[in-house]
Amino acid sequence: MSRGIAINTAVLALCLAVPVYAHFAGEPFLLTLATRAVILALAAVGLNIALGHGGLISLGHAAFFGIGGYAMGILASHAQTFTPIADWPLLIEGTKSMPVIWLVAMVTSGLAALVIGALSLRTSGVYFIMITLAFGQMLYYFAISWPAYGGEDGLSIYVRNGFPGLNTLVPMQFFALTATVLAAAMALAHVLGRSAFGLALNAARQAPARVEAVGVRPFRLRLTAFVISGMITGLAGALFADLNRFVSPTMFSWQLSGEIMVIVILGGVGRLFGPLAGAALLVTLEHVLGGVSDYWQVYLGALLLGVVLFARGGIIGTLAGRDVAHG
Amino acid sequence: MLLLIEQVLNGLQFGVMLFLMAAGLTLVFGVMGLINLAHGSLYMIGAFAAAAVAGATGSFLLALAASLAAAAAAGALIEVAVIRRLYDRDHLDQVLATFALILIFSEGTRWAFGSFPLYLDIPAWLSGPVSLPGGIEYSRYRLAIIGVGLAVALGLYLLITRTRLGIRIRAGEADREMIAALGIDISRLYTLVFALGAALAGLAGAMVGAIQSVQVGMGEPVLILAFVVIVIGGIGSVKGALVGAILVGLTDTLGGYLLPIAFGQVMEASSATAIGSALASMLIYILMAVVLILRPTGLYGARA
Repeated sequence: MSRGIAINTAVLALCLAVPVYAHFAGEPFLLTLATRAVILALAAVGLNIALGHGGLISLGHAAFFGIGGYAMGILASHAQTFTPIADWPLLIEGTKSMPVIWLVAMVTSGLAALVIGALSLRTSGVYFIMITLAFGQMLYYFAISWPAYGGEDGLSIYVRNGFPGLNTLVPMQFFALTATVLAAAMALAHVLGRSAFGLALNAARQAPARVEAVGVRPFRLRLTAFVISGMITGLAGALFADLNRFVSPTMFSWQLSGEIMVIVILGGVGRLFGPLAGAALLVTLEHVLGGVSDYWQVYLGALLLGVVLFARGGIIGTLAGRDVAHG
Repeated sequence: MLLLIEQVLNGLQFGVMLFLMAAGLTLVFGVMGLINLAHGSLYMIGAFAAAAVAGATGSFLLALAASLAAAAAAGALIEVAVIRRLYDRDHLDQVLATFALILIFSEGTRWAFGSFPLYLDIPAWLSGPVSLPGGIEYSRYRLAIIGVGLAVALGLYLLITRTRLGIRIRAGEADREMIAALGIDISRLYTLVFALGAALAGLAGAMVGAIQSVQVGMGEPVLILAFVVIVIGGIGSVKGALVGAILVGLTDTLGGYLLPIAFGQVMEASSATAIGSALASMLIYILMAVVLILRPTGLYGARA
């Protein structure tokens, strides 16, 4: 176990060293990359709760990522044009305040996860994978064909939303904000994993019949995990939209679902620090290989194939050994 | 009314094309228990092979043959090199490995053919309209696709129910250890089934490539629709794939045509088109959700 802690500390130190270096060397682009990695890690922390603890292979998490993004886009675009979102039955105004946007993003993506989860969890195994993928695609096409918020072209937000007491336009401050959110989500994931709920959820993944035999319904556990997972990924979507100041249907695309899943797997399924390690690796690869070749995804594919076929615990699993999986 | 019949035929054409994709997926899942995301890449490979051969020789039939051969060869290659190692892994590993294959195939194709779409022309002997009874004019090429699709469905039915290979495929679905014990080379059977599914996907890609453009990433939207089809039809059932594919094809095409008209009765034209087409794009997923609520294992699915 101590080896696992050492590796987690190393991952954390590495991920903190980059932004500190970027700040003092005056390289804001590196800081933007680090922020991107942190936000993708947050989305992956969300997926890891469903995938790692619940064993729910969702290939449709871009749905929640996109809903979070559009929650930000819709609220902020109404605020920047000073038009209310709805004036009947009650007046709803847009907002540029991050806490409000986060709350809306989490509630809407949580509700979507409740509906998608309740339908998808009627099935299991390979059906579940295909159905979550299909629901993600449904929202993708909806976002493309719904003209009110930019349709296929997406929505631009001119000024990054504000957070009380911070200037979010300063890259370091926005990075620190996202890193704090990620730390909070990881702490939540850790507490959740150790709680009675987390233990029951893990048990439902390993031996559903036994869980049922002691009087707990696996369906409820899984649905709860799926909703929490969707809410965290939705929050990541809102932050991602704020990072780019742009929302478009590609946030709903199935490639993004695949990317979030790749992050979880590269890092190590069910590992607390797996999403962070995976996201840092993916963003680094994207940046480094992208500079080497326009066709860098070929190398990413080959690497991924290698990890799946030969290094099954991901980075942290391979380094720490298999004994502490799902820690 | 004529327009409606034309839309029904378009829906049928879309349906049989989805069937060619879904048949391979469902066979591979039924026999090997494998979920293959890279099936869309095989569709793309078929289309690119057809476009390349048609460009070089000018013959559409040679192009179709090339699409079958290229997709089957690519299928057999990835089965032997990668897929074979995934049969006894869990679905998560299968999803990731085949996702990795998509990245490799897509970027590899982009490297070989460039980012610009290729075009595959409909041959002269299949272009133009054909007159159907009742005074309907319909595209000869689309009608040919329907014919080919139905012929493949019949061929698959005969293959599975009447031939020795079909008996082995069905036996492989029921009990893979047992047929291995009976002295049948199971790994050769698996390669064969995978290559067969790949060839059907490649054929679909080539035929659709002549209607739409041939480009990188063309396979994935179709792959996801094929997933919807086999979820509706029931995984592992070829009959389910056919029924599901026709159902999805008709729902999608008729929904896109009828919903804006229906909304136009109650509201002004521009918002009716917007709402109607937005809702129409979600219709097949709503169909899938309804089927799942009524029958969680699909219309013809047996296994949970």
